[in-house]
Amino acid sequence: MAAPIPTSATTPVPSTGQAFGRGLRDSLPFLLVVIPFGMVFGVVAIEAGLTVAETMGFSIGVFAGASQLAAVQLMADNAPIIIVIATALAVNLRLAMYSASLAPHLGSAPVWQRALVAYLLVDQSYALAHEKYEANPKMPLPARFGYYIGSVTLIVPLWCAASLVGAILGNRIPAGIPVDFAVPITFLAVIAPMLRTLAHVAAAITSVLGVLLLGFLPFNLGLLVAAVFALIVGARVELWLTRQQIGQG
Amino acid sequence: MMAYSAAQIWAIILVLTLGTFALRYSFLGLIGRRRLPDWVLRHLRYTPVAVLPGLIAPLILFPAATDGQPDAARLLAAAVTLGIGYWTKNVLWAILGGAIVLFGLLPLTP
Repeated sequence: MAAPIPTSATTPVPSTGQAFGRGLRDSLPFLLVVIPFGMVFGVVAIEAGLTVAETMGFSIGVFAGASQLAAVQLMADNAPIIIVIATALAVNLRLAMYSASLAPHLGSAPVWQRALVAYLLVDQSYALAHEKYEANPKMPLPARFGYYIGSVTLIVPLWCAASLVGAILGNRIPAGIPVDFAVPITFLAVIAPMLRTLAHVAAAITSVLGVLLLGFLPFNLGLLVAAVFALIVGARVELWLTRQQIGQG
Repeated sequence: MMAYSAAQIWAIILVLTLGTFALRYSFLGLIGRRRLPDWVLRHLRYTPVAVLPGLIAPLILFPAATDGQPDAARLLAAAVTLGIGYWTKNVLWAILGGAIVLFGLLPLTP
């Protein structure tokens, strides 16, 4: 290989072990979110009537906090099972987008590595890995895999442990503590930073108005219908914004 | 309280586990290096902001804890959380800010 030309955009090609360590370090700030979020899920699941084992089944098997909270929220309302499943999977549709976005970078890895990356695909690991791969196009495949695994090595056990702590504490929360509002507060805090463009804001407003206007639909179907409208509005506004920029440029 | 049987709850967990894995594995596993059409990506990009606001809007406006009556403490806590999250882009500060407002105001409400 020719001598690499140093640029500000790329870092030297790391070994697999170095990449793992870097991923581990880069994931540290996310633990401040993962731990409280996991505890909120544990508390809310127990309050809704799940057992500790069922709560852990969600956290270990599904391993996607927002969809877990969505499912438990609907289950607390005794929504039909098909609606619980459809809504939670709709929340997770973004993971298919992450999968598509990582495929060009990790698509040549062995099947077991791709399956492991897939199971561990969460917002935080996606965000870290995508940025790293885009900034370092020459990163070798084993280092890419190492970085990814490093970025989730602390998140996975701490997510599960936090859920367990929340589930165990769940029964001992004194009455009068507004546990009901943990879900809206947590989701608002997750959504707010996502409102980066007018398209995101328009989609969010469509979602809210749609749910309020479609409340008459049976089986909690209003949310799914509103979400479909919101997706379309978001995509339309994005197209419109792009055309505006092209028109000006 | 929940009216599901234990078997139904475990069925939900199992289907969500398999379904979520299928979504995560979809393109990494089966499509490999091929690229998705832009129009599909353009819609997928908005899934979180299309689903989550609708999920929580009724919980914020008509909380079950107050028998569905809008509640000033909860509304204000929600507004503070949204504001801090929007301007700081920091999830943790937003949660803390909302929780402080809620705990601060709840004792003041009848």
